[in-house]
Amino acid sequence: MATDAHIRVHGLTMAYGSFVLMRDLTFAVRRGAVFVVMGGSGSGKSTLLRHLIGLNEPAAGEVFYGDVSFTRATPEAREGMLRRFGVLYQSGALFSSLTLAENVGLPLGEYTHLSPAEIREVAALKLALVGLRGFEDYYPSQISGGMQKRAGLARAIALDPEILFFDEPSAGLDPVSSRRLDDLILELRHSLGATVVVVTHELASIFAIADDSVLLDADSRTIIASGPPRELLAQSADPRVHAFLTRGEERPGAETHG
Amino acid sequence: MSGSGTFSVARVDDALCVHLTGVWSLDRGLPPPAALERALEGAASARRVVFDTAGLGTWDSSLVTFVAQLVERCMRLGVGIERRGLPPGLLRLLALAEAVPEKAGARAHPVRASIAVRIGTATIAAWQEAVGWLAFLGGATLALGRFLIGRARYRRVDLAIELQDAGARALPIVTLISFLVGMIMAFVGAVQLQQFGASIYVANMVAIAMAREMGAMMTAIIMAGRTGSAYAAQLGTMNVSQEIDALTTMGIPAMDFLVLPRMLALSLMLPLLAVYADFVGIVGGAVVATGMLDVSLVQYWEQTKSALTVTDFTTGVGKSAVFGILVAVAGCLQGLRSGRSAAAVGASATAAVVSAIVLVIVADGLFAVVFNILGI
Repeated sequence: MATDAHIRVHGLTMAYGSFVLMRDLTFAVRRGAVFVVMGGSGSGKSTLLRHLIGLNEPAAGEVFYGDVSFTRATPEAREGMLRRFGVLYQSGALFSSLTLAENVGLPLGEYTHLSPAEIREVAALKLALVGLRGFEDYYPSQISGGMQKRAGLARAIALDPEILFFDEPSAGLDPVSSRRLDDLILELRHSLGATVVVVTHELASIFAIADDSVLLDADSRTIIASGPPRELLAQSADPRVHAFLTRGEERPGAETHG
Repeated sequence: MSGSGTFSVARVDDALCVHLTGVWSLDRGLPPPAALERALEGAASARRVVFDTAGLGTWDSSLVTFVAQLVERCMRLGVGIERRGLPPGLLRLLALAEAVPEKAGARAHPVRASIAVRIGTATIAAWQEAVGWLAFLGGATLALGRFLIGRARYRRVDLAIELQDAGARALPIVTLISFLVGMIMAFVGAVQLQQFGASIYVANMVAIAMAREMGAMMTAIIMAGRTGSAYAAQLGTMNVSQEIDALTTMGIPAMDFLVLPRMLALSLMLPLLAVYADFVGIVGGAVVATGMLDVSLVQYWEQTKSALTVTDFTTGVGKSAVFGILVAVAGCLQGLRSGRSAAAVGASATAAVVSAIVLVIVADGLFAVVFNILGI
């Protein structure tokens, strides 16, 4: 295993009750890479993300950040690790009762000693970074879905995280907004120096941003391919991998949202 | 069913010929399955099935469904099918339906569980429910402890909003209901007490009933319907939109941030509302007494003053603080445990109201027993 692995997943089995969704997942994410978790609808890629950020507990196996086990960490240690993560949820998950500035300022207020005025300044900066200058006092319900997603991103980068997680960033966005979000992800990776983990099935995004990837398969319930997507497309002999990466006829459902 | 599509079968050499005629439309229904079974009785001996669509008019999904059924049955019987005679559009639809084979194990088989299994499942569910309640109560107690030592992570403005919502904004409905409850009790009492010429004791009855029981109980039930359900719906919706997940990954406990302000608001505001309800109920009683009976307002007031003791008030108010916690806990617990769909949020709001009312009444019964033993 490379020494610069930022995230290591070892023998992870995900299950809902007695129903095993994926078994024996093992992969590593390099520090500073954009890592994409690919898979068809219902293959458990969002569930994998929930395991990585501690919202679900593994049925077996372990998740490591650096050399520290996240799975076995005490609640306090885990909270310290969570603080260095930023998560963008599928729908943005902004707090609907708070304005955008309050949303972005919430983690700042919790974890820093900034004064309310300073928090507002930092929140305004983060919103400006995602192209929402001037929207500080809007409520989430007053802006479009794409803007909500960008505001969610502003909140995710509020504490300058070391790892950014994205759950289906392009779901529900038009192609142009989706492309802009991809550019933003790459830009933030460079400027923050963060490791980025993206869960998606959007081929255009995958080829645009991914340095490395794994492909989950619902039928075999495990990883069927891993590596940079372009290399997989060029080299993989597995017809399932090829079908996924080319919108192959075998899997017409792979491109749809769901 | 006149003019609807029909079919008939005829034997041609070793083949079974299915004649499809008329207009096939979903509006006119499908041929009964029994007719298909009967027609296919002869099919087992046939080697193949062919179609004749010379007399076929327009058709829609009804014909596709019928042919698909026919094909499936023939395949089971091991009879070959020649599809050439069918319209091209229908052939394409059939091919589309057959393109993806049925996934093994995808079809749900409803199994009628035995009584032992059902009792077992229900017991496990009840146990998990109890564990869920206990875990939540424990979490809420810890959050309260953190609040008392000033380390809880919540926004003061949220607490202020919840206080306003559970307090001042509830006044109109509490006024209306308590006034009516006071009047109703006075009416009922008046009719009985008049027979003994003791109408003035209506004042005692209304005052003691309001202060000891009805004030606390009615406000708790109103707040269960008004605020407890709102808590469940708010938290349930936040669960659906992943806001609770977002809080968790930010390292902010939902117990502190969401549950604590609501619990504090209800347990602080409910006693105040109960005192207010006592007063309004007594006013309602006075209106009936002075209007219907031969009692003046001053007499009623003096009688009320002499009837009520501080203990009556404090028991009612003390109980309502407990009711407030119960209503808030039921609402928040159901909301946090809500599933991730619109129907689940509705179900959790209903469950919040039902469990809150049950808890309040059970607790009231326990209080009655304890007060009786203590002689209060």
